[in-house]
Amino acid sequence: MAEGALSGILAGFFAHPAADYLAVAMMALATYLCRASGILFMSRLRITPPIDRALRALPGSIVVSTILPVAAQAGPSAILGLVAAVATMALVRFELAGVAAGLTAVSLARLAGL
Amino acid sequence: MPDPSRQEAEAPPLTLAGALTGMRLTLPLVPGVVVFGTAFGAAAAQKGFDVWLTLSLSAFVFAGASQMVALELWREVWSWPTLLYLMMVTATINGRMVLMGAAIAPHVKAMPRGIRLLNFYVLVDANWLVATRYHADGGRDLGVILGAGAMLWGLWVLATIPGFLAGALVTDPRAFGLDLVMPVFFAVMLVPLWKGLAPAIPWIVAGAVALLTSVLVDGYAFIIVGALAGAAAGALRDG
Repeated sequence: MAEGALSGILAGFFAHPAADYLAVAMMALATYLCRASGILFMSRLRITPPIDRALRALPGSIVVSTILPVAAQAGPSAILGLVAAVATMALVRFELAGVAAGLTAVSLARLAGL
Repeated sequence: MPDPSRQEAEAPPLTLAGALTGMRLTLPLVPGVVVFGTAFGAAAAQKGFDVWLTLSLSAFVFAGASQMVALELWREVWSWPTLLYLMMVTATINGRMVLMGAAIAPHVKAMPRGIRLLNFYVLVDANWLVATRYHADGGRDLGVILGAGAMLWGLWVLATIPGFLAGALVTDPRAFGLDLVMPVFFAVMLVPLWKGLAPAIPWIVAGAVALLTSVLVDGYAFIIVGALAGAAAGALRDG
């Protein structure tokens, strides 16, 4: 019955707030390994032109893949907010102004019932 | 006037002056980092996190986008599958750091081992960008990336606190659009990445595949699937 007792203890731990810190530790480990593995990767991987192009397309692809489905789900107010944020940032090149314009547009759109 | 050939042979310096230079070069990026850190604190408070858990994420993970997404994946009750999924999504969002680390490797490999391991801990987009420009301009001081990273880490952790306090006060976050802080910030970050229409074609592929995936598959797989589709489109593009 040792197995049953162990899984009982684990189930108790997973519901305990301390398990949140295990989640933090696992995220921290995954992130650190990403940061530190590039130097190892670099000594093994030959950067061919297609790989180079894939790497350069990656950051923007991550950003777009993150925001589009969220905006589509949140509806017209989110789309207006994203457009206002991008337009403001393109004009003034200041992150704070872009975020403020985006959130203001979302607030106004929701106030108007969109 | 130092002899350039002799200077090339010497190990690159790692000085306090270099660290201060790194901090100075990072100043233009500070508002963005503070806004994002504050937004994360506010979002965590909205999700019912306590201040210590919120600060732990900022201090130990120190990667904003993955922290924001983690808020969506957080559980009341954990299990090995949900923990591993959180880890996998984190690694996917921060996978770009593998590439950043690879790109900066020729410079930081000269650091003493302990400092190099510490340096990786504070490697983020902002100090990577600053150091990349600095080294491209012929700079050699390794204090630049480390100093910039240390400053960004301190700012990030500190910015989380007022955000957490403000977020706990706001009772209707939707009215202020606070539920959309993360996508709005990401959209803003897309602007400096824009280098014309042709390099953005993979982004369009990524967005279309992510949208389709989000309709077909529950959860956050759409980030991974969309980003990899974009990278593949980039690889297949001509020149």
